[in-house]
Amino acid sequence: MELFGDPAVWLPLAFAGLMGLSILIYVVLDGFDLGVGLLFPFAEDAEKDRMVASIGPFWDANETWLVMAIGLLLVAFPTAHGAILTALYLPVAVMLIGLILRGVAFEFRAKAPLPHKGKWNAAFLVGSLMTSLSQGFMLGLYIMGLQYTLATVIFGAITALGLTIAYSFIGATWLILKTDGALQKNAVEWAKGGIWGIVLGLGAVSAASPLVSPRIWDKWFSVPEIFLLAPLPIMSLALIALLWVALRRLPTRDDSFAWFPFACGTALFVLAFFGLAYSFYPYVVPEQLTLYEAASAPESLMIILIGAVIVIPVIIAYSILAYTVFRGKATELRYD
Amino acid sequence: MDTLILSRIQFGANISFHILFPTITIALGWVLLFFKLRFNATGDEKWMQAYRFWVKVFALSFAMGVVSGITMSFQFGTNWPGFMETVGNIAGPLLAYEVLTAFFLEAAFLGIMLFGFSRVPGWLHTTATFLVAFGTTLSAFWILVLNSWMHTPAGFEMRDGVAHATDWMAIIFNPSMPYRLTHMLLASGLTVAFLIAGFSALRWLMGDKGAEVRATLRFGAWMGAALIPVQIFMGDLHGLNTLEHQPAKVAAMEGNWETRSNVPLLLFALPDEETRSNNFEVGIPNGASLILKHSADGVVPGLNDFVLEDGTVKHPPVAPVFWSFRVMVGTGLAMLALSWSAVFLMRRQRGPEGLPKLWLYGFVGMAFSGWIATLAGWYTTEIGRQPWLVNGVMTTAQAVADVPAGMVASTLFAYLAVYAALIVAYMGVLTYLARKAARGEGVPTREAPLAPEATVRALQPGE
Repeated sequence: MELFGDPAVWLPLAFAGLMGLSILIYVVLDGFDLGVGLLFPFAEDAEKDRMVASIGPFWDANETWLVMAIGLLLVAFPTAHGAILTALYLPVAVMLIGLILRGVAFEFRAKAPLPHKGKWNAAFLVGSLMTSLSQGFMLGLYIMGLQYTLATVIFGAITALGLTIAYSFIGATWLILKTDGALQKNAVEWAKGGIWGIVLGLGAVSAASPLVSPRIWDKWFSVPEIFLLAPLPIMSLALIALLWVALRRLPTRDDSFAWFPFACGTALFVLAFFGLAYSFYPYVVPEQLTLYEAASAPESLMIILIGAVIVIPVIIAYSILAYTVFRGKATELRYD
Repeated sequence: MDTLILSRIQFGANISFHILFPTITIALGWVLLFFKLRFNATGDEKWMQAYRFWVKVFALSFAMGVVSGITMSFQFGTNWPGFMETVGNIAGPLLAYEVLTAFFLEAAFLGIMLFGFSRVPGWLHTTATFLVAFGTTLSAFWILVLNSWMHTPAGFEMRDGVAHATDWMAIIFNPSMPYRLTHMLLASGLTVAFLIAGFSALRWLMGDKGAEVRATLRFGAWMGAALIPVQIFMGDLHGLNTLEHQPAKVAAMEGNWETRSNVPLLLFALPDEETRSNNFEVGIPNGASLILKHSADGVVPGLNDFVLEDGTVKHPPVAPVFWSFRVMVGTGLAMLALSWSAVFLMRRQRGPEGLPKLWLYGFVGMAFSGWIATLAGWYTTEIGRQPWLVNGVMTTAQAVADVPAGMVASTLFAYLAVYAALIVAYMGVLTYLARKAARGEGVPTREAPLAPEATVRALQPGE
């Protein structure tokens, strides 16, 4: 298998790509359904059922991308998996308990006796909040090289807040797409508020990462990189401006462009993701371990890659089927 | 307590909580497919009512299984980094194939199975039900391949302290895999049989004696009666396989200290590792020799063979393995007695009316007996593998993460609190759903409590 040159070089890169793709898909997909949970405090009780109905058929498959991402880290870069997860022991535990609360609240809130529903709604919110905040905190610490100092923890707190607002923003755009009437109008207002969080979060990460890492500074602010990379921040700013304009005009009379904020939000997530990926390449544990040093044996990676290449298109195909079956405005979910 | 024992308790607690729910969903998926196919074939509404009731139990169990499973995939890294660093080349691909082939399949079609009934054609809904059942079973296959490999590793070589795969067929079809997988799938079937029989008996006792409950009560009892003898036979084969590959575990299960012939089958004993002997032994003479070697003077390995010259103990802790094994076998025998007598009584009287109240209460009491037997069985085999994590390759102590014990203790406490609350909520909601169904109120959908008349919708066979 020397088809593409030395497999010890391209296999780790291919797996880093797959892992990155899984994280990106996870952040967008679970981002919107976590976001819907985060918006619970702003919604009337009657609206909560529709909000959950808009994510009900999808959340489980969305979370599977997290298992996929962590699984790829586990199997392709086992030493990095150990180093990252032991460093993030407590935030991971908080996230896991959050995911547990959230996942079971989906089911319990509808099946438990009516007087208990409020408690499960609260569990859904708290679970979504724990998950989003801890993921944001982990992102911040990762950017800061997995070190615990006062400064890195403060930065982690800022990214925790930033990611939580970003999730609620994309959750609001999802609701604009999937609902109508008063709830849709509210969702537009929520999305407008969320934009500021995005500006703040993106700004903080963009400003802080080059400052803490001379390597990242060099990667972005040397010639000719600075000109080649300029489209990234420019496109992000343009998207934010477009979103602002669009949200002021939504919802339209015939519900046209209801998809637009969600598409823009997704594009923003993608741009931010590529910015981060560019900053960290080739490190998988920042400043400590490159993806080439951390990779598993090539023959084991090859076995997984063959399976992945065959199966991933199939996964995408039936994910599209699921989204097609439940397309359109969210209606009450029923078992019959 | 140190980090090692706390981490072991934490992983043990997580995996114990997790396994409860796949144990239900693996077999319940197939049972739901059976209900759907019976409905398609007969057009009898009772099968669709049974489907609608049990699909809610499935949805709830599935969600519990998913979220507790995510926890475990992270804990490999947070608590046991040494595991993947040493055997990642083998465990990695197996876990990856589980995610790729099974998790996405289940997750994508679950939505259609739960909420797609009126949105997609009947054949697609039936297919979705099939694919979810198939996905859960496939997931069980991959994870049991990995687990079995940890007990009976094969098809690999060690290079610089890291395992490298040499023969994937030997890894997948490692010596204990066929036995362990079959034993677990049957355990899932029995768990579901007694769960269905138990909750149907509960509804019957509440006065719900309609066609649906009648059908599911009979179904559960028959399923239990049919599977339990197969399971006992399979368990025996699995035990013989363990004797061949992990004699120390069998010695602990039998509470046998010295390698000798004519070993009794102990019904009761308090194994004492200090004196290396049993107190208060009650046994059937020659029993263990007969079961394990099929002859009264068969030689059974003893625990003392697994103590090194320097006094290092290389066998598992005896009392937990000894007792878990007895709890599992005892539960199995209770299942045998209840299901066979119930089937006999129902056949004589042509239906559940033939069951005395005591039997109905028996089924209610045994509704979660599958959980007890499954957990006891897993404790037997997993504690029985100690001190090894991968038998003969690496010990559990070598894999543990270097995190402060206080951190492990605090998260353990948090997990335990959440799990205890969720188990109570789960059992409570199942009982609540049964009570609602018994009152004929219909069962609420995920979104809104449903009007009673809406539960019965005219459906055509094959829809």
